[in-house]
Amino acid sequence: MEGAVLAVPAIGFNAVYAVLRFANFAVASIATVGAFAGWVANTALGWPVAPSLLAAFVVAGVVGVVTDEVALRPLRPSGALTTAIASVALAIILENAIRFGFGNDPRGYDVAVYRDWRGFGLHVGPQQVRDAGAAMVAMAALFGFLAFTRAGKTMRAVADNPMLASLKGIDAVRIAQIASFIGLGLTGFGGMLIALDTQVDPLTGFRVLLSVFAAAVLGGLGSIPGAVAGAFLIGIGQEMSLLVLPATYRGAVGFLAILLMLSFRPTGLLGQRAS
Amino acid sequence: MTAYLASLLVFAGINALLALGLNVVWGLGGMINLGLAGFFALGAYASALLSLRLGWPMPLAGLAAVAVAAAAGTVLAAVTARLKGDYLALVTLGFAQVMQLVAANERWLTNGTDGISGVPGPWRSALSPMQFDLLCMALCWGLVVVCWAGLARLGSSPFARVLRAIREDEMVAEVAGKPVLWFKIRAFALGAGVSGLAGSVYVHFNGYVAPDSLDVLLTLNVVLALTLGGTGRMAGAVVGALLLEALTEGTRFMGGVLPALSPVQVASLREAVIGVVLILVLRLRPQGVLPETSRILDLEADDDERSRIAVPGRTLRGA
Repeated sequence: MEGAVLAVPAIGFNAVYAVLRFANFAVASIATVGAFAGWVANTALGWPVAPSLLAAFVVAGVVGVVTDEVALRPLRPSGALTTAIASVALAIILENAIRFGFGNDPRGYDVAVYRDWRGFGLHVGPQQVRDAGAAMVAMAALFGFLAFTRAGKTMRAVADNPMLASLKGIDAVRIAQIASFIGLGLTGFGGMLIALDTQVDPLTGFRVLLSVFAAAVLGGLGSIPGAVAGAFLIGIGQEMSLLVLPATYRGAVGFLAILLMLSFRPTGLLGQRAS
Repeated sequence: MTAYLASLLVFAGINALLALGLNVVWGLGGMINLGLAGFFALGAYASALLSLRLGWPMPLAGLAAVAVAAAAGTVLAAVTARLKGDYLALVTLGFAQVMQLVAANERWLTNGTDGISGVPGPWRSALSPMQFDLLCMALCWGLVVVCWAGLARLGSSPFARVLRAIREDEMVAEVAGKPVLWFKIRAFALGAGVSGLAGSVYVHFNGYVAPDSLDVLLTLNVVLALTLGGTGRMAGAVVGALLLEALTEGTRFMGGVLPALSPVQVASLREAVIGVVLILVLRLRPQGVLPETSRILDLEADDDERSRIAVPGRTLRGA
């Protein structure tokens, strides 16, 4: 269940990495932006959860593309590492912009709370099932986009071989913008899904950053199916870890997974590029 | 006012130590280390616990802090040194987050999120607070000067020349017969050790350490300090730390200028300023105030660039 929710921002991170080829740490705060956008839509405007999730996607995508254009794009010629460092700075700026507007207090969505379903000795929360369902819908939409639309196909072409794509006359800048919008929009969507299960505050995204990275690295940086596989593995690993570790260490499971993965197969499960 | 300035200079000195540590790893070796806060935390907690619980004298606790952080750096480097920039950034940042998690959760050892207070400082009880601040300032900058001199000397040694060669082109260094991995591990351990020392200074001056002061912002501050000053040169790290302190203190007065804002809003603006300045520096003056003189080509030359042949002046100088 948790894996499905985690997969959405991990896909977003990997989609940006695949096309723009840098680790965008700003995803931490973009996820928070999505969570807050959904929160405003849900509580202030009174929208139900589904359209609020859509609002989270759009707002996070727009904020992501605009901040990327202003702050990060001019730095791309300086190299992937410089851009990645700048994206950490961008994450801090966005986090504090949210804090400036909304303060530090945790908030919750205006959603009905259901009793857990029980059966076969298991407890299942209807909310988690619904969140996982929403995550599945988002993933299906993304795969449809990549497989069947022209923009999706060009995006894959650029990710696969940027030089060949530019020879074919593909506008790399535009594709990068589309990839940023979709990747960061999904990150915002995922941020709201995570916040639905926990709470909304300026650090919502930062708290799951480690798990999202872990999922992305485990699956292979830049690989979208890899992000899904990685997220499910991390989700399962985090649940299993509860048997031996206190719940507060769930985030550390991801880190251990990254270390193990990088030691034995640095490309990740489904990735090609690594050291 | 004197005490205020003295304490500012202590914090500037701590940042200078961290920037010096980062400079060995990043400036010379070209490896990004976003896990500074983790090594700093290890040093701070090791020093605090050893002096408080086991009654070790402070210099000994400080040495132990260096050793613990350097050991962690060795292990982390051994696992990650073969990775390229992005992965290294991810893993080191993850390391710092895990250290923060451990500090917040192992209550039996670290007292959890409440932190450890009452850590002894040098002659704290015998001196007035102002005298104490001045003494700490002197001690801290004494350490900065020692590390600075030592690392600057190291910076012109064969060891650093090989590190620079690795930074510029790892494969060429390897072909030249240098044990690249071994050099990287030593650089990482050294940098981590200096960061641990900074943690030790911090905790004995501050008397208190808690997990929430060890977040990614601390690392980002140091990255900013080093970028401002100029990566690759030890003087750049120290100058950058002083500039950073001037910047963060300058923004403290924003609350007075903008009285309509709540304290949370002022704090968030101040943090955001750090991020904005870092991005601006990277864009406008990536080489910093004191650029490295022997710098040849862009540090982050990517693979396409690396495959380009015969860049003028790009030779294996000193490797």
